[in-house]
Amino acid sequence: MVVLLSIWFIVSYLLGIVFVEPLNQFHLGGFPVGFWFAQQGSIFVFIILAFVYAFAMDRIDRRHGVDNILTPGRSKGSSETAE
Amino acid sequence: MSIQGWTYLLVGITFTVYIGIAIWSRVGSTSGFYVAGRGIPPLANGMATAADWMSAASFISMAGLISFMGYTGTIYLMGWTGGYVLLALLLAPYLRKYGRYTIPEFVGDRYYSQTARVIAVFCAIFVSFTYVAGQMRGVGVVFSRFLEVDVNIGVVIGVGIVFFYAVIGGMRGITYTQVAQFCVLIMAYLIPAVAISWKMTGWAIPQIGFGSTLIEGQYAGMALLETLDTIHRDLGLPEYTGAWVNGKKSMVDVLAITMALMVGTAGLPHVLIRFYTVPNARAARWSAMWALIFIGLLYTTAPAVSAFARVNMIETLNEKSYLDAPQWFKSWEGTGLIVFKDRNGDGLIQYSGNAYTNELTVDRDIMVLANPEIAKLPAWVVALVAAGGLAAALSTAAGLLLVISASVSHDLLKSVMWKNMSQNVELRMARIAAAFAVIVAGILGIYPPGFVAQVVAFAFGLAAASFFPILLLGIFDKRTTKEAAIAGMLLGIGFTAAYIIWFRFMDPTATADQWLFGISPEGIGTIGMVLNFIVAITVSRFTPPPPLDVQNMVEDIRSPSGTRDVA
Repeated sequence: MVVLLSIWFIVSYLLGIVFVEPLNQFHLGGFPVGFWFAQQGSIFVFIILAFVYAFAMDRIDRRHGVDNILTPGRSKGSSETAE
Repeated sequence: MSIQGWTYLLVGITFTVYIGIAIWSRVGSTSGFYVAGRGIPPLANGMATAADWMSAASFISMAGLISFMGYTGTIYLMGWTGGYVLLALLLAPYLRKYGRYTIPEFVGDRYYSQTARVIAVFCAIFVSFTYVAGQMRGVGVVFSRFLEVDVNIGVVIGVGIVFFYAVIGGMRGITYTQVAQFCVLIMAYLIPAVAISWKMTGWAIPQIGFGSTLIEGQYAGMALLETLDTIHRDLGLPEYTGAWVNGKKSMVDVLAITMALMVGTAGLPHVLIRFYTVPNARAARWSAMWALIFIGLLYTTAPAVSAFARVNMIETLNEKSYLDAPQWFKSWEGTGLIVFKDRNGDGLIQYSGNAYTNELTVDRDIMVLANPEIAKLPAWVVALVAAGGLAAALSTAAGLLLVISASVSHDLLKSVMWKNMSQNVELRMARIAAAFAVIVAGILGIYPPGFVAQVVAFAFGLAAASFFPILLLGIFDKRTTKEAAIAGMLLGIGFTAAYIIWFRFMDPTATADQWLFGISPEGIGTIGMVLNFIVAITVSRFTPPPPLDVQNMVEDIRSPSGTRDVA
């Protein structure tokens, strides 16, 4: 999680904002690189981070054997008693 | 068929669908009303969250704002998406695991204090009302432009629709209408964007077209962004992709605003509450991921739309004769949102960065709505955009109204004033509260306080400074005490509100030099958040530790048994 949050910080605050001008010296197709990170790349990275986290947590759940516990609260009746 | 005919048809069809869903999904229990019986699958919740989240501001205003701001528009793009990473990793799964119905309820239990709960209720209601007024106004604007009815009648129609499905269907009705509204709004956003990208660059994917070469018009053969920079230089405006150039926000301000919007997103009650509707913590993680994908779809398209619209608008209007101006120019001029003043009397429209020679003022809010007409797309596309704008505004309004209703009936009436209220009475109270909130929202939409638009942005700062630190500490630091939480929330929201009121209403002419660290009122929530953290952590160390059962509860929320439901 610390790794994922570090990537979140680096991409949005460092690549997209703090170092945007030096990065704009380079071009990626018609995009200045810093501008691309700020308006496109950062959002793609955010999606990947959320995916990796959900995926990794599923594996941790499975290792602890808690992935197959039936969920109460699905049907109307049981949720009332569960709350 | 005319634009107006198409608009009546599409708006009519979508509204019928929303009402049909409401009747099909009506609820008869408090669990159904507050959290949709916790039976929403992650994918559907992702769509509902996306619609809940993307308001009239995202759909109608954002691309227009970016179009005028260039690089600085990044604050909205990153600020309104990055918060979902925080939500997915730090809050949503844990809050879902603890269960319950509302955010103030979690605050009250975790900090073993009714005072903390009541403070949280007032923060939630205040944030939600400021936000909802803006949505109702958005509904009115779409109605007045495309259906040519009075703005106020538009608001009344919008209120009627929301009233119907929020009061009858509760969270279940709202969730499934939001799924339908997401489909409408994303199609309405993507279809014109794809068509314009295809026309201007030959690429059907706007995200690629954004970085490609123009194939039509006077700048054919030049990259889109390079064209924009050139146009801006020629007109005496700051370069479009330039970051820290004159006339744009400073780096520290961009950092602060982005942070405030991100953290505010993670602290907004109507977004957090959506994660209560899924079956378990695992589903909360996946639905945060789906929500981010669906939001990202619109948010990565928006800056491309901004750039296309900017080139199109300047190419179509600048140095052109006013008498030959296209039809859309005339109809928007009629609403007062485009203003032309022929300063040098030559009959031509001259657009310029120089305030003394500029003859054209275009309201930022119309860029998305006018874009299909500017690009000469067919009438049904224009109508679809109108239906999309309504879907965006109504879905957000409904989510906010549910927060207000649940806060009143569940957190104030049930827990503080009338403890042994039966479930049926509570449900009736929730419906009455929802109905009341809808009507207040409508009144705010018809008589908007002059500062609504600004206050919506400030709602994020307030949410960032009040809820986020308390929720995060509540989950990850079992030593945080009730005194700490109360002090933190009050100081965070008090400081932020005071700063905003001072620099927005008492001393609005202040410049960046007078701002604290050069941070504008939009970004001050970041400082409020830091203060909240500092105070909460310090006070915790000087007050008696929380009772043992609360400490155990915090341990339990974090243990990896992802599927355990509420005890």
